[in-house]
Amino acid sequence: MTFLGQLALWVALLLAIWGSVVGFVGGAKQRPELILSSKRTTYALFGVLLVASLSLLTALVKHDFNVAYVASYTNRDLPMVYVLAAFYGGQAGSLLFWSVVLALFAALAQWMTPRRYDHLLPYVAGVTSVVTLFFVAVTLFGANPFERLAFTPIDGNGLNPQLQNPGMVVHPPMLYLGYISVTIPFAFGMAALLSKQLDTGWLHAIRKWMLVSWLFLTIGITLGMWWAYVELGWGGYWAWDPVENASFLPWLTMTAFLHSVMIQEKRGMLKKWNMILISGTFVLSIFGTFITRSGIISSVHSFTQSSVGYFFLGFLILIVVAVTALLLSRLPLLEADMELESMVSREASFLFNNLLLVGVAFSVLWGTLFPIISELVRGTQVTVGPPFFNQVNIPLGLGLLGLTGIGPLIAWRHASSSHLRRQFIVPVGTGLVVLAILTAVGVRDFYAVVTFGLAAFVLAGIVQEFSRGIGARHRLHGEGYATALARMVARNRRRYGGYVVHVGIVVYFVAFAGMAFKKDMEASLLPGESVEMRSPFGYTYEFTHLGVSQGWELNRFVSAALVEVKRNGKTIGRIKSEKRQHFTCRVQVDPCPRDLREASFEPSTEAGIRSDLREDIYVVFAGSVEGTEEAVYRFTLNPLVWWVWFGGVILVIGGMVTMWPSSRVMTERVVRGTARKPQMVGTV
Amino acid sequence: MNDSTSSRRDFLSFAGAALVPVALTQEPVQSNEEAAPLYRPSWAGRPRNRVTDYENDPFIVALEGTIKCTCGCNLDVYTCRTTDFTCTVSPAMHREVVSMMEDGMTGPEIVDAFVAQYGETVLMAPKKAGFNLTAYWLPGFVITVVGSLIAWSLVRRHRLSPVAAASSVIPDVDAGDQALLEEELTKLGH
Repeated sequence: MTFLGQLALWVALLLAIWGSVVGFVGGAKQRPELILSSKRTTYALFGVLLVASLSLLTALVKHDFNVAYVASYTNRDLPMVYVLAAFYGGQAGSLLFWSVVLALFAALAQWMTPRRYDHLLPYVAGVTSVVTLFFVAVTLFGANPFERLAFTPIDGNGLNPQLQNPGMVVHPPMLYLGYISVTIPFAFGMAALLSKQLDTGWLHAIRKWMLVSWLFLTIGITLGMWWAYVELGWGGYWAWDPVENASFLPWLTMTAFLHSVMIQEKRGMLKKWNMILISGTFVLSIFGTFITRSGIISSVHSFTQSSVGYFFLGFLILIVVAVTALLLSRLPLLEADMELESMVSREASFLFNNLLLVGVAFSVLWGTLFPIISELVRGTQVTVGPPFFNQVNIPLGLGLLGLTGIGPLIAWRHASSSHLRRQFIVPVGTGLVVLAILTAVGVRDFYAVVTFGLAAFVLAGIVQEFSRGIGARHRLHGEGYATALARMVARNRRRYGGYVVHVGIVVYFVAFAGMAFKKDMEASLLPGESVEMRSPFGYTYEFTHLGVSQGWELNRFVSAALVEVKRNGKTIGRIKSEKRQHFTCRVQVDPCPRDLREASFEPSTEAGIRSDLREDIYVVFAGSVEGTEEAVYRFTLNPLVWWVWFGGVILVIGGMVTMWPSSRVMTERVVRGTARKPQMVGTV
Repeated sequence: MNDSTSSRRDFLSFAGAALVPVALTQEPVQSNEEAAPLYRPSWAGRPRNRVTDYENDPFIVALEGTIKCTCGCNLDVYTCRTTDFTCTVSPAMHREVVSMMEDGMTGPEIVDAFVAQYGETVLMAPKKAGFNLTAYWLPGFVITVVGSLIAWSLVRRHRLSPVAAASSVIPDVDAGDQALLEEELTKLGH
């Protein structure tokens, strides 16, 4: 099977070269046979890369340890779900995964895009083929998953225990889908530049794609936070690690693009800026991959350092040069149709929102790269860790939160003072009341108090928008409030879905602010001993160590430490934290006898977590004292963590409301029988 | 731990605790039990020492939050020693911090000692001096300058442009009316 996979990769390489050529030439010369060929090539590319992927999956499932990749990331004892996840768990497999998903998206873009954008499609095929070509080439020449060993090991190394978590089954693919799908809006942007068709058509064509990218990135980042929280055992979910930052950067610029694109659609402005944003987002998605795979910046999440970094660096330079040249050559065609008229307008607030989003992206990028810059300029290595990022980015983040509330309340073009008064009086009043209450009850963390105040301001603004819209429908149409809400949202999903997304952002901020009140302590406890902690909500928790039990469980040996938890003297439950020892087999027997297994990794730690709306109780079994049941624990009380995951869910719901096809579009599709070719309807 | 001797001890200690009021402290409530050995100690992680007051000392915890563990984990000493239980470097660095504190060194002196030993890279954030200031100030500076330029150009344009000035007569539309307007325009296919 690996021979077939290898062959499929070579065919994919040739197809990608062909697709690149016929896409660009067909688009430029408008030759129908080449245009058709470029479209068919994208379908064929997906087909052959699917064959390559299935070949690797077969090798993984069959435990073909003669394949270096299979031996490196799996073993016989690994549960099947993680064997399948190992497809994208290592460097070479993830590159193949990237290639096949990109080919799928490229084929879908060709298949689903309405006919009125046909003039863009050959160029889109050209761009996606070039990017696929790059990834296939890196897979073939930099990190080939089909490489065979000179011998066949009895068992594989197994997957890193910290990756054996349900979060790791879904988090990497989601993030990859986000990174990869960015290529499609970028390809349409480049197609618009190449074809010189720079009206808003290309923006309409990518509306769904940019939302899909943004949603996948959001889900991927949130799942990454969740995985870090439940698996890494440090009691937090974001550490400003370079690889985390790399995923955050395209999210920031894509968010900026989602906002600024509205200004181009409504007012014909920011055309250059939007091209820069979508190109920047694509470049940052490749840059993130470069950071993860080059080893240029030290990170716990990085793949093994390898030569693929040079491929990515070269590709990055190529993209930046090509895009810059293309943009410069098209500058005269990107002049704005109208001009911004007032600083007190929604356009201006979106502009400032863009400035801050890109500013945060710049500050994160600058901080991530500063160790390299410092070494180049001063010859001195420095570390840029969480204290730096928090100090620089929290004020910027609060500015963004404020603008999240301000933007939707201001009218387009120009807002009068009476309009501003009417729109802002309730939200500002609500924010101030919350600030006063928090100060009065003695909350002293400055940033947290400001966050809660701004959150109240934004939420009040959103509630006001909904209530006014519902009220107007109720008055004019006599609809019930629930009906009015449903119809109002259905008629303008983009606007009200956007508000739901804003609610999710507010919930995120509130949850992040909760971490300012995090408390933790270490204790060594004999069985029966207890220790007390006081939480920020005023509860007194008592943790009693019940003992440590050991035994086999699935593919590992587990040492489980158990504590009983009391809140204000009342037992609320027991929490178990574990040490897990994983093994490989010394003989080729399936299943492997326990006495013939040898430890493969250092024991990993599984935190025990009890969540509720107020705070998480986070218990970590650090180890035993002198090999006895006396256990060392770290107890952490994390306020408001649950709201991070809840905020993520709201964000996704809002995003889905925004991108859901309107009932009119669906009806048109059914009537015309063109369900595959959605008719885009402009919304105001 | 479930034998009758320990149960009696439990009962006696419980009765004693009930008779003598004890103030709430952060110290573990002591049990007189002996801990039984584990079946497979080596599979329960590296052996640990008992926790002392130093491990939870707010001064040490805060100080260790500013010093990077040099094992390559990218974490600060406190986070590493309370998270990565396979690391032997962060516990050693913690002992160094404790030892320096016991010698009477102040926080800045301890940090300086680490910088002298490991270089500036041992700090979790660059010192705010010299070239490092660009790390802290450049993003804010760029945002402020660009934001000011945008604001200035908008104000200037509004003052100079008769079209922009005239736009101030655009009637105000509240959210409810606007929602209805948008709905009607959507129906018309705009």
